[in-house]
Amino acid sequence: MAFSFRGGIHPPYFKEKTAASIIVKHPAPLELVLPLSQHIGTPCTPLVRVGDRVLMGQKIGDSDAPVSLPIHSPVSGTVRAIEPRWHPSGIKQPAIVIENDGQDDYYEYPSYFGDIQELAPETILSLARESGIAGMGGAGFPLHLKLKTAMEKKVDTVIINGCECEPFLTADHRAMVEYPSFIVRGIQLILQCLGLHEAVIGIEDNKPDAIATMRASAEGTEIAVMELASKYPQGGEKQLIRAVTGREIPPGKLPMDIGCAVFNVDTCASLFRMVCKGTPLIKRIVTVTGPAVSTPQNLLVRLGTSYRELLEFCGLSEQPLRLISGGPMMGNAQHSLDISVVKNTSALLAFGREDAEEELDEPVCIRCGRCVAACPMRLLPNFIYMNASQGNFLECAALHVQDCIECGCCSYVCPGKLYLVQGMRMAKGHLPRQEGKK
Amino acid sequence: MSQFLVNSSPHIRSEETTRSLMTDVIIALLPALAGAVIFFGFRSLFLVLVTVASCLAAETLFNRIVKRKNTVDDRSAIITGILLAFNLPVTAPYWLAMIGAFFAIVIVKMLFGGLGRNFLNPALAARAFLFSWPGLMTSFTAPFQEIYSQLGFIFGNPVAVNGVLPEEIDAIACATPLKNLKQGLLPDASLGDLFVGNVGGCLGETSALLLLLGGVYLLLRKVITWHIPVSYLGTVAVLTVLFPRGEGSAVAYMAAELCSGGLMLGAIFMATDYTTSPVTRTGRLIYGIGCGFLTVFLRYFGGYAEAVSYSILIMNVVTLAIDRLVKPKRYGIGGGRL
Repeated sequence: MAFSFRGGIHPPYFKEKTAASIIVKHPAPLELVLPLSQHIGTPCTPLVRVGDRVLMGQKIGDSDAPVSLPIHSPVSGTVRAIEPRWHPSGIKQPAIVIENDGQDDYYEYPSYFGDIQELAPETILSLARESGIAGMGGAGFPLHLKLKTAMEKKVDTVIINGCECEPFLTADHRAMVEYPSFIVRGIQLILQCLGLHEAVIGIEDNKPDAIATMRASAEGTEIAVMELASKYPQGGEKQLIRAVTGREIPPGKLPMDIGCAVFNVDTCASLFRMVCKGTPLIKRIVTVTGPAVSTPQNLLVRLGTSYRELLEFCGLSEQPLRLISGGPMMGNAQHSLDISVVKNTSALLAFGREDAEEELDEPVCIRCGRCVAACPMRLLPNFIYMNASQGNFLECAALHVQDCIECGCCSYVCPGKLYLVQGMRMAKGHLPRQEGKK
Repeated sequence: MSQFLVNSSPHIRSEETTRSLMTDVIIALLPALAGAVIFFGFRSLFLVLVTVASCLAAETLFNRIVKRKNTVDDRSAIITGILLAFNLPVTAPYWLAMIGAFFAIVIVKMLFGGLGRNFLNPALAARAFLFSWPGLMTSFTAPFQEIYSQLGFIFGNPVAVNGVLPEEIDAIACATPLKNLKQGLLPDASLGDLFVGNVGGCLGETSALLLLLGGVYLLLRKVITWHIPVSYLGTVAVLTVLFPRGEGSAVAYMAAELCSGGLMLGAIFMATDYTTSPVTRTGRLIYGIGCGFLTVFLRYFGGYAEAVSYSILIMNVVTLAIDRLVKPKRYGIGGGRL
């Protein structure tokens, strides 16, 4: 089979509830909580003080650190507090709390109506930073840094990630169906920035409508749409590159080292909004779904909106027992409803009791080899797990646990219900220490 | 405390469980069990019930003695029981079946830590152990014999038929296909009878047809992969067609070898035992080829007519080495072939 990768799984996708629902604008709440740390890198320093009036889109936090991005106010209103609040990571982190005045008075940024081909790469780069865009797919790496490294490392292949292989998620899918031209223009901005002409959009073949709209929008450009097998984790950077180019990234290297740079579709659209419409990253699409949600929807949400608001908006059919930020395979379990949407919150999933019931049997490895066949990194999860649980972390290193992308395929397929990914994480956490002891 | 469950990703898991896999294997064994009852009478069923009950009892007892949670829920002991019975001649006394069951579960499986930790296939190791009573283990009788309908035979131990005990019947009543082959002759039975299972042998091994049926089920349900059965049977096929044991059509010898003895049972149900076979696809191919080579070698040159169980047991031991040496080429260093 072409355009795929070895390993992977075919979980039920659960996308049918939201795949066809139009993105709905979620009304901005009265209070928005914006954590100063929203992604990889140094947290912002607040640029506002309690009591200040802020405008929609106004920069309210920034940092001089090399890996950092500004954050902007998603509404107009008043800064009510700057204090630790619950954060998606599970701990309290400093956040700016803004009271919405409902006016949406916006901060003016220049909009560019001219020819993209006449924009200087440096302009795009600085606007990418000013926009505060971090990879919208999940990892959340600052866009301008990725562009900068891509320029330095002489990337020749730009791949746009429209796979959205995680079950339940339809945010990228809807973006591709509803504003494909924004995405295409955003890709052109990235190509202009990198001095390249061609790009490939990889989309799983379970989204024929998105493939059609993207193809139609990209017509006449040098942007190609490639249909990929629907298989998890097709949207994993390494797996996507393998599917599109046939190349694999050597262990410990970056996509750039083999001439590839991967950008999420919504990242492209966000860049277009900043450069051509003067809107920094203050909203994003969040798929609110899961068995406990009565009306699952794709919402256009202001950053800083709490999970509570989103679930109240969509309604609950039962008391949720599990909340997941992101997809069910790699997303993080959340402990509170008072956590807010940040730049890389692609979804909010709520599971009720029966879905959250855990296997009571003691996990046992029967050596069936399913994890080995499913591992897209082609590791031996069962042996790594066994060694990790016995504390043999050096042996885990010899089995290349550091290559693990924590996609969850091994845990998913395991009939013995071992917590394989947890074992991998534990082993990774122990690596530097034990190696240091040598 | 949070009102929400917070655990490590992934948050969804496949519905497949150890128990569901074991149940599928049990289902796959049912056609062959039905065949055993048809060919060798109801005593086959009683032998299976005795071994299964003994296996469950042994596991329960062991867990109770070592004060561990009972593990029979995983249903693996049921499979061990069925497979053990399948490896006995229908004339085997019930006490022999019980000894085998206890040996398989307690010595081979539980003492090594239970499911997933034993390094030998419990049923096969027990069969090897039961060859301490070679007479009882090889007293094969032909299908549809008079003794099968005798109540004393069904509920008790072997009875004499016309003054001849089952262990003595062998020479009189039934030369198994493997014995014919050992003499360099094609089996007395037609290939059709061999394939359907209308021949003498252990109670669950004779019908290639019904075992293949179970094998197809296991493949369709993705319980096993094709690698071990295909490489095992393929190796035997190639070797026996290249070096037939007698005069005449090499293909006829190959077909007879494939359908005789415990080969189908071994290749489909015993060699594919997860715990005692390699975890990688390449490893499984090596393991299957190894089983095939050993089977042909031991059948041709060994003392016993049958060689499948010993071949698999030997490869069980080699499995650890195979898993150590054969690793998938990880992402990024080649080998990304789909």
